[in-house]
Amino acid sequence: MILANFFVLTLIKVALVAFVLLTTLAYLQWIERKVIAHVQLRVGPYRVGPHGLLQPLADVVKLITKEGLIPSHVNKVFYLMAPFVAVTLALISIAVIPFGPEITIGPVTTWMQLTDLRIGVLFVLAVSSIGVYGVALGGWASNNKYSLLGGLRSSAQMISYELPMALAVAAPLLLANTLSFREMVNSQSGYWLGFIPRWNLFPEIVGFIVFLIASFAETNRVPFDLPEAENELVAGFHTEYSSMNFAAFFMAEYANMVTVTCVATLLFLGGWQPAFPAPYSDVIPILIFAIAGLIALYHGLNPARRMDRFTLPATALAFLGIAAIFGLSLFVPPLKAILMALFWFCGKVLFLLFVFIWVRATLPRFRYDQLMRFAWTGLFPVAMINLLATGLIVALTTK
Amino acid sequence: MTALIFIIFAAIAVLCGINLVVQTHPIASALSLIGVMGSLAVLYLQLGGEFIAAAQVIVYAGAIMVLFIFVIMLLNAGAEAPTFQASRFVRYFGMILFFAFLVLISFIVLTMQSKSEGVIFGAFQGTTLDVGRKLFTAYLLPFEVTSVLILIALVGAIVLARKEV
Repeated sequence: MILANFFVLTLIKVALVAFVLLTTLAYLQWIERKVIAHVQLRVGPYRVGPHGLLQPLADVVKLITKEGLIPSHVNKVFYLMAPFVAVTLALISIAVIPFGPEITIGPVTTWMQLTDLRIGVLFVLAVSSIGVYGVALGGWASNNKYSLLGGLRSSAQMISYELPMALAVAAPLLLANTLSFREMVNSQSGYWLGFIPRWNLFPEIVGFIVFLIASFAETNRVPFDLPEAENELVAGFHTEYSSMNFAAFFMAEYANMVTVTCVATLLFLGGWQPAFPAPYSDVIPILIFAIAGLIALYHGLNPARRMDRFTLPATALAFLGIAAIFGLSLFVPPLKAILMALFWFCGKVLFLLFVFIWVRATLPRFRYDQLMRFAWTGLFPVAMINLLATGLIVALTTK
Repeated sequence: MTALIFIIFAAIAVLCGINLVVQTHPIASALSLIGVMGSLAVLYLQLGGEFIAAAQVIVYAGAIMVLFIFVIMLLNAGAEAPTFQASRFVRYFGMILFFAFLVLISFIVLTMQSKSEGVIFGAFQGTTLDVGRKLFTAYLLPFEVTSVLILIALVGAIVLARKEV
């Protein structure tokens, strides 16, 4: 039947994933601004839509309608190619990320993943290696000393931190004995002692921390964002870019963030596997959303601001509605498989994204020589020792 | 289908190679070289060497070429003006010799081709498991010697680059 045809199915999945990814990128910026604002005891975007929810839309309209200025002194071919390369490569990595197990909707049986490569992990590493060119070419083509310095520093930082990142990735590969993401997640199913999930986090805690620190540097986030800091290098490698080209670099940074958190979830946190054994873990999403809805309802009764008389009960209704959907899905097995897998996967990814944003609100940035010294004399030996220890233990304990 | 993909990517590799030589700006040449690396990775993938294809992109296109581009950017090498100092006779004779060379190579390839069997796409045992196994059993000595070679290059680079205290 036509829906079971491979190409049609893949097209539908691609459209779905692309739509969700692009919306997530836009609203990730909103989440970041609100979280940083509340950490700094202020409100963040507030006026454009209720609690600033339409702010990403306003930003997109502003960026599209802004004058797209190409300065006369730039090298036009590379100037226009750099954001294109950056954003294309940042969006490609989502193709190998599995969001859940194999599901059956009616006559169609498919995995919740766009494609599974036998070398999935290497594919993500390769794409992030090539992503360095977007930044390097953007900085150089702008023909401007600040951009050149920013571009060179950023690309040197990215290739220096690729090394501890690859070594930290190699350790769970030793434990799982496979390079494909699907089998990596499957090898993390099951529980030790009946209740501790068999995630790679527990044997590989050092590897996880090294990977997280290296991924802060790979995505040019604080505390490693010297190459694009505003008070250091004007705006670093994207100084001379305006309107849609700037939006492309911006989107590429957030897409890289989503990709590394997805990869960290799959390699270390067990992907879409739940944290509790099967019958109890079905109740968790319902409990969490119901409690969140009740808290929102309680605060909606005596709100602090006038707008919250409408927004807090609306939020409460939304959360209770989601809890009801999870509750209903317990009776519909295909929907249950999809929703549970998505809940656990997105929960872990959103938690890691929250850690990224939290660190941005908290830590000052590294000076550039401190940054490079930390990579080569700090993270790289730790990652290497972690890999050697893992290899030794795997060699001694397997037949 | 596989023949079509092969032809497309082999053509891209050849065109990028020609572009590499023809371009006057070093960065454009370096980017053409990256294009060649990428096309070669696709050809490796077609033959069945998936690990080698990924390693080609990660190491060659993603690390070595980045360092090439760093050096070109730091040295601020600009576009060279193409200077033709050769006389007209040399230029025309060179073209004739070039075509004769092409004919010779085609002749050699065609005569050798009829003696050996054709390439089967996907016949090579190139999964990571096979590569790893071969690397640690049959090709252990070249593996260790290569790592010593890279160590020598590293030590040489550090000795050359350190400051005299």
